Amino acid sequence: MINLEMTEKMIQVKNGINGMAKGMLRPISRYYDENEHMYPKELDMFRSLKIMSRPKKKKEGEEKKSDKPAGKKLGSNLAMVIMIEEMCWGDLGLLLSMPNAGLGNAAILAVATDEQFERFGGKWASMAITEPGAGSDSGSITATARLEGDEWVLNGEKIFVTCAERCDMAVVWATVDKKAGKAGIKSFIVERDRPGFKLEKLEHKLGIRSNDTGTYVLDDCRIPKENILGSPEVKQTSEGFKGVMKTFDNTRPLVASMALGVSRAALDFTKEKIEERGIKLDYEKNPNNVSSLEKEFYLMEANHEAMRLLTWRAAWMMDNGEFNNLEASMAKAKSGRYGTLIAQKCCDLLGPLGLSCENLAEKWMRDVKITDIFEGTGQIQHLIVARNVLGFSSKQLK
Amino acid sequence: MEEKEFSFGMSEEQRTIKETVARLVKDVVSDNAHDMDEKKAIPPEFIQKVWELGAAVSVIPEEFGGYGMEYSPIMNTIILEELAYGDMALAIAASLPAMFLYPILEAGTDEQKKKYIAPYCDASFKPCTVAVNEPRFKFDPVSLETRAEKKGAAYVINGKKCFVPMANNSAHMLVAAQDDGTHDLFIVSQDNPGVKIGEREKNIGLYALESYPVIFENCEVPVSDRLGGEQGCDYGKFLQKTRTALSAIGTGVSRASYEYAREYAKERVQFGEPIASRQAVAFMIAEMAYEVDAMRLMTWKAASALEAGKDAKRESYLAKLYAGEMTMKITDYGVQILGGHGFIRDHPVERYYRNGRGIAILEGMATV
Repeated sequence: MINLEMTEKMIQVKNGINGMAKGMLRPISRYYDENEHMYPKELDMFRSLKIMSRPKKKKEGEEKKSDKPAGKKLGSNLAMVIMIEEMCWGDLGLLLSMPNAGLGNAAILAVATDEQFERFGGKWASMAITEPGAGSDSGSITATARLEGDEWVLNGEKIFVTCAERCDMAVVWATVDKKAGKAGIKSFIVERDRPGFKLEKLEHKLGIRSNDTGTYVLDDCRIPKENILGSPEVKQTSEGFKGVMKTFDNTRPLVASMALGVSRAALDFTKEKIEERGIKLDYEKNPNNVSSLEKEFYLMEANHEAMRLLTWRAAWMMDNGEFNNLEASMAKAKSGRYGTLIAQKCCDLLGPLGLSCENLAEKWMRDVKITDIFEGTGQIQHLIVARNVLGFSSKQLK
Repeated sequence: MEEKEFSFGMSEEQRTIKETVARLVKDVVSDNAHDMDEKKAIPPEFIQKVWELGAAVSVIPEEFGGYGMEYSPIMNTIILEELAYGDMALAIAASLPAMFLYPILEAGTDEQKKKYIAPYCDASFKPCTVAVNEPRFKFDPVSLETRAEKKGAAYVINGKKCFVPMANNSAHMLVAAQDDGTHDLFIVSQDNPGVKIGEREKNIGLYALESYPVIFENCEVPVSDRLGGEQGCDYGKFLQKTRTALSAIGTGVSRASYEYAREYAKERVQFGEPIASRQAVAFMIAEMAYEVDAMRLMTWKAASALEAGKDAKRESYLAKLYAGEMTMKITDYGVQILGGHGFIRDHPVERYYRNGRGIAILEGMATV
């Protein structure tokens, strides 16, 4: 039965994480923005938190636990989007810098064998997909991996790698057979200290500066044969690649909730300033009979609510085992774009306060922009949504 | 009260009702919406068919002539969306009795309930209506210019209302008026000598829905007909429910425009391929798709608060604000995607565009 009233448990999770974001992330937010790439040592205490852990191994015959929450238990995906919104209300760059919780870790968590998980589970893994010539079109990557005896030999260049310097290892995507197209693309775990593996440079960015985004160069980099994630076999179909892309259905609502968090930080701050000037938002008068500032604010709040509901729906569907490819992209399409617009408009309403580095509003406007870009730009999300609702293939709608 | 699970999923009952209304809309309304609009009339048998679903009467306690089923604002948003998907004029017309009866049921005195509810819990649809909107610049439902002044045992109402649906056929109407700073609702009989119903209005949309201006000139209403009697009513709550309802209607109209434009764009071939194969068009369709969903979710959110008996002031306000903005945007896209054909009255998108204009502007036209 439809019910969109938050449960006690949801409120608890939200308030708990918000308290932490306020107490731990906000105070260091500006410092690590100004000291780009410096490792936020305060986050070390999260290293022992096993965020990307696997449930204890079940004895034989025991049934695998499903994601579906039993009764009124809070589903893990819904809990996650609530937590991420609150963390990003604190600081998005710092959330991305949480030790041992990189996108690479998510990939390992999803597909590693038990042996691999034993070896790599406790380490910090970045994700290296993007190349200078392959952004959204990740099927066209050119990095190569060839098997020589008991080793894979990797060559290529990977850019825009999140946590490139801080991580212990990278999940590198490379093709084992260029002729096979997407079917030939595999992912490999490459420890940072492997010969032939080099962190080429760190990027200077618009926002999320506390995070170290970098470039890797792999020059005849050798790794053990067992470091491949998933099967080395090249199948005739691109099912394997599609499977990997499916993991993005799970991460898109997470990115959408990042946009929710940053833009809400901007909204909350703006509201505080509006109220300091004695303006009361009463949610009652005809929106055309209030000041332009108030109407703009109401519209932002309405859009923010829309972003959140689309995001929570996608997460809720996942918790209930429903296929959510369309809804995940809807959430990210809306949230990435409107989160960005909200943070911009808040600076506008704040006037000179929105330009000053004395407060964080200008930083949020810079930080939030990435949410409409990474893990599929807003335009890619629109393509996915449109193909879905039209029933068009990627050939029918390019 | 036991805490409910947080859920985006419909229950069996919600799904069944949705499907039932959708079927009725498909059978009765869809093919006739154009004719109704052109002829500027809704055949009474259509309204009767919706009335026979029994949605409004079902939640009225047996002692007042209903079936005493559980009242659910969420269910009502589901029904309104489906009706408005078929035709917005019919959705408003068919839900008028609820608009009149629910506030009395919630805030009325025992005497008011006995007197006014039972006659409308009939097998046949009887129109009754609500007068909230006023024909003026800067109209605001929370600062009405229609006044009710207490004089002895009566309130004297003075003011102008507009967009009062089916006022000429309604024996009773609820009239919103300001009474010394507070807002109240009054039950007014059509035959009250202080009530003057003007000429049928001509509006941009909702051609099929008869609506009238109503002028109150020293209209005396007994004190006992002030909704809630001595206590008055919670006018804020009344607005929360009507705003949630209008959001549901906006969702329905928008969905109709979105689906029509989407199917058209798949069929319409230009430059050798369907126009939907072009990103410029496809991205508009994607936007329509998620904004319709967002509107519905915001409506459900406000209805969830109402259903839990909580204050839904902020949620209902934001839902209506959003639905108002987005209905205009989506119905505009609907016309735009059809291009020149969208401007021709043979296609329904032009009607959705005209009707959709009302969501942001109107207040108090339906309730949950």
